[in-house]
Amino acid sequence: MRRWAALGVAVAVVSLAGCSGFQSVLNPEGDNAISIARLFWFFLTVCASIWIVVMAILAMSLVRARRNTAPETRDQRRMGFVIGGCVAASVIILVVFTLASFFTNKSIAAAPEDPLTVKVEAHQWWWQVTYLDKRIDHRFETANEIHVPVGRPILLQFESPDVIHSFWMPNLAGKQDVIPGRFTELTFTVEKPGIYRGQCAEFCGIEHAHMGMYVVAQEPFEFDKWRGRQIGDSVPPTNAMLRHGYMVFVSNACASCHTIRGTDAGGVVGPDLTHFGSRLSIAAGTVPNTMANLQGWIANPHGIKPYTQMPSVALAGDDLTAVSQYLESLK
Amino acid sequence: MSAAPEILRDTDLAERSLEERITHIWRTPSGIIGWLSSVDHKVIGLRYIVTAFTFMGLAGVAALIMRLQLAQPNMHVVNADRYDQLFTTHGSTMMFLFAVPVMEAFAVYFVPLMIGTRNVAFPRLNAFGYWVYLFGCIMLWASLFSNSGPDVGWFAYVPLSRGYGVGHRPDVWAQMITYTELAALAVAVEIVATVFKMRCPGMTLDRIPIFVWGGLVLAFMVLFAMPAVMVSSTMLILDRLVNTHFFDVSLGGDALLWQHLFWFFGHPEVYIIFLPGTAMISTMLPAFTRRPVFGYMAVVLSLAATAFFSFGLWVHHMFVTGLPRLGESFFTASSMAIAVPTGAQIFCWIATIWDGRPRFATPFLFICGFIFTFVIGGLTGVMVASVPLDTQVHDTYFVVAHFHYVLIGGAVFPLIGAVYYWFPKFTGRMLSETLGRWNFWFAFIGFQIAFFPMHILGLEGMPRRVYTYTPEMPWGGLNLISTIGAFIFATSFVLLLINVAKSLRSGVLAGDNPWNAETLEWATTSPPLPQNFTRIPVVSSRAPLWSGDDTFPVIAGMRADKREVLLTTLTEAEPDIRESSPGPSIWPLIAALTTGFTLLWSIYTPWAIVYGALPVAVSLIGWFWPKGTKEDES
Repeated sequence: MRRWAALGVAVAVVSLAGCSGFQSVLNPEGDNAISIARLFWFFLTVCASIWIVVMAILAMSLVRARRNTAPETRDQRRMGFVIGGCVAASVIILVVFTLASFFTNKSIAAAPEDPLTVKVEAHQWWWQVTYLDKRIDHRFETANEIHVPVGRPILLQFESPDVIHSFWMPNLAGKQDVIPGRFTELTFTVEKPGIYRGQCAEFCGIEHAHMGMYVVAQEPFEFDKWRGRQIGDSVPPTNAMLRHGYMVFVSNACASCHTIRGTDAGGVVGPDLTHFGSRLSIAAGTVPNTMANLQGWIANPHGIKPYTQMPSVALAGDDLTAVSQYLESLK
Repeated sequence: MSAAPEILRDTDLAERSLEERITHIWRTPSGIIGWLSSVDHKVIGLRYIVTAFTFMGLAGVAALIMRLQLAQPNMHVVNADRYDQLFTTHGSTMMFLFAVPVMEAFAVYFVPLMIGTRNVAFPRLNAFGYWVYLFGCIMLWASLFSNSGPDVGWFAYVPLSRGYGVGHRPDVWAQMITYTELAALAVAVEIVATVFKMRCPGMTLDRIPIFVWGGLVLAFMVLFAMPAVMVSSTMLILDRLVNTHFFDVSLGGDALLWQHLFWFFGHPEVYIIFLPGTAMISTMLPAFTRRPVFGYMAVVLSLAATAFFSFGLWVHHMFVTGLPRLGESFFTASSMAIAVPTGAQIFCWIATIWDGRPRFATPFLFICGFIFTFVIGGLTGVMVASVPLDTQVHDTYFVVAHFHYVLIGGAVFPLIGAVYYWFPKFTGRMLSETLGRWNFWFAFIGFQIAFFPMHILGLEGMPRRVYTYTPEMPWGGLNLISTIGAFIFATSFVLLLINVAKSLRSGVLAGDNPWNAETLEWATTSPPLPQNFTRIPVVSSRAPLWSGDDTFPVIAGMRADKREVLLTTLTEAEPDIRESSPGPSIWPLIAALTTGFTLLWSIYTPWAIVYGALPVAVSLIGWFWPKGTKEDES
């Protein structure tokens, strides 16, 4: 039994260590997540050892050869001491655990210097992302994707106009609830360039499962390039096809919900689409942003995200192609 | 004490005719009305147990459907709408309609038997509680089958449940809470009064069986915890029905108020379920190790200490809501601290096994399975008590794995063991040991396969309460394994059902005390006579059946012509008062029906409370109408 137990733990540890991913606690690339992961491995090692010891003693007590006499007082007293010792040992371990998590907590909660501040508003079921800046014309809005420079602290400020959501980027930081009527924030620094995925962690209604988002961590100069483009208005259509697509967008229901800066489309219900073509995903991380997926999404949003608030808009075949091409051109 | 000539006492009769006479007085009347009027704690306790297991089966099927849906990415077994109703109903049923009631049911059945009395303290309240509970069960599941099952989670967080629910689904949830909490509070009051005042002579505080201590602790926890959730669910339904603003953020209400109230109940709730499970372990263990449980005092104090601590750690469910850091650290410390008394109990059990001579019958297998599984759940519990770790694993499958290890490992395994242990007392027949072993191994292995992978899924970033996931997420493999495990685990319950069905008809006859156990319920026949004990026993030790004698001292002088119980003093259990005990009555059922319909109706209109008050009043007046009986003699 003991050997099985050890084997089981070994298998568990290997399978934990072996897995990596772009939405995983065990593959941390943000300072916050890295110190939590360190704490996790410490807890796991101690807890697994405790479990193995307890199981070993249980196994021994099940198989050990026994006297047939009635229990002796002397043995009883000795057993009492052993149990007292075990209780004392658990108290010590728990105090160490408490201190370890207190200091980790303190370090990850420290206020950052000169952070990049981004406002994240959680909606049923997508993320509205606003980059704040002292210069009002340098503020801009995007959705379901946060680009950040590596090495600089990020401060996310959360708001929710509807229900409780929870922002969770496991590779970068622990989660933070987004609560209507409350001010919450989260801070972390990304250590390595890359694309990280996260998703809403608090049950927020019927499409809770399809409320993903990405953090794209870039070298500072690349980030500045991206930011420069995002601050600007949308790219005007350059050929007949794209102009046709633009006309389809503004003359149909699309424009009443979506904004494309620099055009007549100014709706504020759904995500800002000014630079839609530069984004990774459609429908809050539900499918990759490809031409085929976009056409499918516009033609029948409920086929991709059954309860999305985006309505189906009946479009003729060439209108659908044109509007999709136009949106994809908005780099 | 003046005995009028017509009074018949047990001293006036021969043994045989005394038993017949007292059995006749305490029996449940025949006929359908008689059946519905029963106030026998054993009849009601068994009804509770059977009902709770029935709804556990249904909620288990709900879980299997969810496991099929999650077995692979983008499955279409059920849609999101149905999935949300299923997980809400699964959680609500397992917590409110199965786990708490079934633990209370075992207490209702066994506390009077273990303390040597004839019924619980308020038998008609007991009957009333059961009917209200049944009403709540039927309402919740009828809603699910008519596509109006609650879909906002068993925790029903506002504002989602307040203003974003479909139709009346959240109201169904809120009123289901009201029904089951009414029932739970009724049982809690009975247990406290029964344990305090009705123990047989000689059963001083330090001779109370540990299971009875568990029942008492459970009852006190219910009394303190349940009002918080009744208040919050009532505030929720008021917000929805008559537009109060308790939780309306735009008008000064607060979204977190709900969470504080809910978890002030919700955390003790876990221990309300788990502590009776540990008490069952401590009660069964002596019979299978052939020695008393090691450290009676430590175990009893651990039960009380755990219950006390459990009220001080609700905030660890709210670590990611953005509360002040220092406050959070306090709750880390308190959540860690609760591991100490729990650990002490585990050490005592292992010491008992170490020093005893184990007998590997099915209940003992479940005890071992319990320790193996629960220690994992306890250790992951220590992990989630840490604020930083919790910010990662909160609301992920890691937590799903954690609490299933605690609740199935810590409460369901002992419970199934308890079914094998006490089935002979319920029915007079043993369950099959062969099937029992199969049952255990399917349950144990199936459980580990189903739930262990969930730890890893959570760390790989899978959140809870998602009805599906995209193929780019690397979760398909472990989810498939988990689903296979869930079906193996479910098979174990089918085996249990088969075993029960077969053994009811052809099981080996058990006799009074088939396990050679130490506590008083084994001193009476299997199944017990309606009066439990023809003569009230007197005990002089903690293990009255292991004292070496075949005969028992008993109390003489009880009336033999009416239902009478003996009240004793609180600490020393010295005979105090003989008191009459109420007989069968149909009024508890009628009162439960009128209350039930009023609450059901109130889902649709607040006026239901006004109109419904009338039939409720009538049924209560009928129930309490003076019968013209004399005051009891002391």
